[in-house]
Amino acid sequence: MITNDIQTVLPELILAVYAMLALIGAVYTGKDKLTGALTYVTAALMAVLAIWIGTSAGSGTAFGGMFIDDAYARFAKVAILIAAAAILVAGVEPMAKRGLDKFEYPVLITLATVGMMMMVSAGDLMSLYMGLELQSLALYVVAAMNRDSVKSTEAGMKYFVLGALSSGLLLYGSSLVYGYAGTTLFSGIIQAATGEGLALGLLIGLTFVTAGLAFKVSAVPFHMWTPDVYEGSPTPVTAFFATAPKLAAMGLFARVLFDAFGSAISDWQQVILILSLLSMFLGSIAAIGQTNIKRLMAYSSIAHMGYALMGLAAGTQYGVQAMLVYMAIYLTMNVGAFAFIMSMERDGKPVTEIKALNQFSKVEPLKALALLVLFFSLAGVPPMVGFFGKLYVLNAAVQADLAWLAVAGVVASVIGAFYYLRVVYYMYFGESEGGVEAPMAPAAWVMLMGSAAIMVLGVINLFGIEGAAAAAAQALVN
Amino acid sequence: MNNLLSIITFLPMVAALILALFLRGDDAAAGRNAKWLALAATVATFLISLGVLFGFDASDTGFQMVEETTWLMGLTYKMGVDGISVLFVMLTTFLMPLTIAACWNVTTRVKEYMIAFLVLETLMLGVFMALDIVLFYLFFEAGLIPMFLIIGIWGGKNRIYAAFKFFLYTFLGSVLMLVAMVYMYTEAGTTDIPTLMNHSFGSDSFSLLGIQIVGGAQTLLFLAFFASFAVKMPMWPVHTWLPDAHVQAPTAGSVVLAAILLKMGGYGFLRFSLPMFPIGSDVMATFILWLSAIAIVWASLVALVQDDMKKLIAYSSVAHMGYVTAGIFAANQQGLDGAIFQMISHGFISGALFLCVGVIYDRMHTREIDAYGGLVNRMPAYALIFMFFTMANVGLPGTSGFVGEFLTLVGIFQANTWVAAVATSGVILSAAYALWLYRRVVFGDLIKESLKAITDMSAREKWIFAPLVAMTLLLGVYPSLVTDIIGPSVENLLNQYHAAIPETADAGQSMAAASH
Repeated sequence: MITNDIQTVLPELILAVYAMLALIGAVYTGKDKLTGALTYVTAALMAVLAIWIGTSAGSGTAFGGMFIDDAYARFAKVAILIAAAAILVAGVEPMAKRGLDKFEYPVLITLATVGMMMMVSAGDLMSLYMGLELQSLALYVVAAMNRDSVKSTEAGMKYFVLGALSSGLLLYGSSLVYGYAGTTLFSGIIQAATGEGLALGLLIGLTFVTAGLAFKVSAVPFHMWTPDVYEGSPTPVTAFFATAPKLAAMGLFARVLFDAFGSAISDWQQVILILSLLSMFLGSIAAIGQTNIKRLMAYSSIAHMGYALMGLAAGTQYGVQAMLVYMAIYLTMNVGAFAFIMSMERDGKPVTEIKALNQFSKVEPLKALALLVLFFSLAGVPPMVGFFGKLYVLNAAVQADLAWLAVAGVVASVIGAFYYLRVVYYMYFGESEGGVEAPMAPAAWVMLMGSAAIMVLGVINLFGIEGAAAAAAQALVN
Repeated sequence: MNNLLSIITFLPMVAALILALFLRGDDAAAGRNAKWLALAATVATFLISLGVLFGFDASDTGFQMVEETTWLMGLTYKMGVDGISVLFVMLTTFLMPLTIAACWNVTTRVKEYMIAFLVLETLMLGVFMALDIVLFYLFFEAGLIPMFLIIGIWGGKNRIYAAFKFFLYTFLGSVLMLVAMVYMYTEAGTTDIPTLMNHSFGSDSFSLLGIQIVGGAQTLLFLAFFASFAVKMPMWPVHTWLPDAHVQAPTAGSVVLAAILLKMGGYGFLRFSLPMFPIGSDVMATFILWLSAIAIVWASLVALVQDDMKKLIAYSSVAHMGYVTAGIFAANQQGLDGAIFQMISHGFISGALFLCVGVIYDRMHTREIDAYGGLVNRMPAYALIFMFFTMANVGLPGTSGFVGEFLTLVGIFQANTWVAAVATSGVILSAAYALWLYRRVVFGDLIKESLKAITDMSAREKWIFAPLVAMTLLLGVYPSLVTDIIGPSVENLLNQYHAAIPETADAGQSMAAASH
């Protein structure tokens, strides 16, 4: 029995043990001198695990249903591992330049990744909370990595306080759900939540759990921490925040809604609808006035979460598939964009003003072109792959008779197009010299160019991600 | 050859890739190579596309040379041409070499400029050939990116405002169309255009937010597509992006915009609105006829008071597109034939007019009408060509402009006499603004110091105009060249259209049809 359980959680176990060993090893040997090597080894391990998880099949549970291993979890895990590895590798150089190449960084990221893998596999409110907290605690620390910077410590603090609040909401909701369902297992909750009308306690519990999770995906109105944390954290850390944790939180969101409350779709659908609608509009409108590219990306990610939630709001298997495809595309775009943003500097100092990009296309035409592709993709303009993500969620919404939400979504995307175009405008039409330089290590360069190339070439067949997403969605919803 | 259409579509894209990957350096030599390669690619595209024209069987009203492969999301990559689209394909391939030749004087970022135009050509051709709604949307929207860059990078003083306005206006219009397309996909279960043409979408009236929607889903779908195509055409009152974009765009950009991009709107009405939502079209037809009439008169009046040549021609385009929309929604053979003819003819004439402005702009770097006068004294060849296209724009018999205007007016007259009466006044107004422009720029004494040294057109410039003059004249004296090709497809479209409309609703239209 126990061997079976361990077999199921083996990838997580390996990663967790590796994190401990790395921590001990680094403390007793070279400490920060090892950071570079440690980062690459970590990324390599993550890549190997991603391949391993990606090629395994079947589904099973461990520890009495607390941990679920199915196609859905595997899809999310592969995406999380790849994104985490990519951001780690791309961040080596920028972190070293700012004197932030501490060995704790890769270790903490590994621990956060273990947490995220547990989140998407959670089959119980307890394991859900454990995964979520493991991830969050690690991230609070990395947000404040740059101890000498007031902004960075402020970001860590804000993230911690608001994150703790959201955990509180989540726990309170969980306790109510437990009280009314009599179990913390999702498979048990779904039994209790079936039938005519949800018990009032379950409904309130569901609302609180939803609020807590909305915090983690930074959906409006629970988004306030996002711009500040994005701005204050060191850029490679921001890049991490914008990618893997977003997918993990979204994956967990879908897991809870469908595995635990899948028979009460009409009860949570309206909530998700509102979250989606507000996120799309606030993300698009508030980004217009931003002058800092990291804050801009923060609002951009809020808007993107709105679109992903649109898929979830459909409450169908196709909707989940749309959400997964959307998130995978979103991760790819953000890895590329942040690989560039973290290398932006002027006179050796990091800059994050959008204005600094003035006339960048004359300085480095190729990188400017790649960014152009990525920003048009973020805006959802065809033929870039970002468009197909939008098409997917719109399709899901219309199929679920939510055509009005689709109309609202495309209107928001036009508003959003304005600020993405503004970045392109600075790079290509700008008059004065912005003076930004972007010296990139080969790895980061590959991330930027690779993700831009994917955005263009994906138009052929989306690299077959659809099939995997469809299988994942089927595993979750049925 | 089975994939002729794909070859034509993607040949310019391949040339653009070669330019991007293999052409190095920023000097004049690299620029010259880029221009020659772009010219060679567009000429080759045109020559190959002749194969489509000669291989096209006008009597067959279905889609021809169809290619189909599965694509992502259950969509298909499907290309094909019918009598309505084949001439737009030809128009595009014909005009692109001339456009490239017209920007021979560009010196800043030549390579990128050529790449932008080559990519744009691929996307425009794709729009006219796509037989899958999402594929159509993809080409339709993607065209915004190169055009945004062309206006924004190589445009005039106020180019940034114009580029943003162009992009956001057209983007807003087309995203609504996207939702409508998604709805159609959900409703009909396919994105295949020929299948959707035979699918009848719901037309039962229902009430939405307290408003009774006559024609039901069809009307809503029609409106969503209308939002996109009306902006693209552009129709009054959503035309305001066009004068800005035209004025700020470089000459070649203006030519492509006026000659080809605007036609996508008209093509869209013919490909989607009429065949797929006949009842919605019928409900809205009178409204659009009146909008067109307003556009014709209003844009002509506005053109009269312009002091910027490009702006004047831009408003003239708005007026001429008014004939097109009116002709389309007159929904009879003459109206539709005329609308398509007018679009093709306007492609040559407006393209040529923008080139005419480009010729003197290259010399004087101003488009102010007041900065010119008496050009005939120094530029006789220019005066002749400008005169020719001014007359064609006015609709002088013997030029293609006349045929287009006359046919559409005949069609409109049958559908709605009052609209026809108002629209006809536009003919007089167009003569007024066009001839007045010509008088102010070309005639009179050459008194301005700055103009004393102006030189007449070079051989290159004359050669660019030669094919345009030839086509305008040819279509003017022998219009059956066009109508023979489009005729059967238009007739087929109209038969389906009228068959789909319930008798009572169609009484007015069918009486008009019976009377001739």
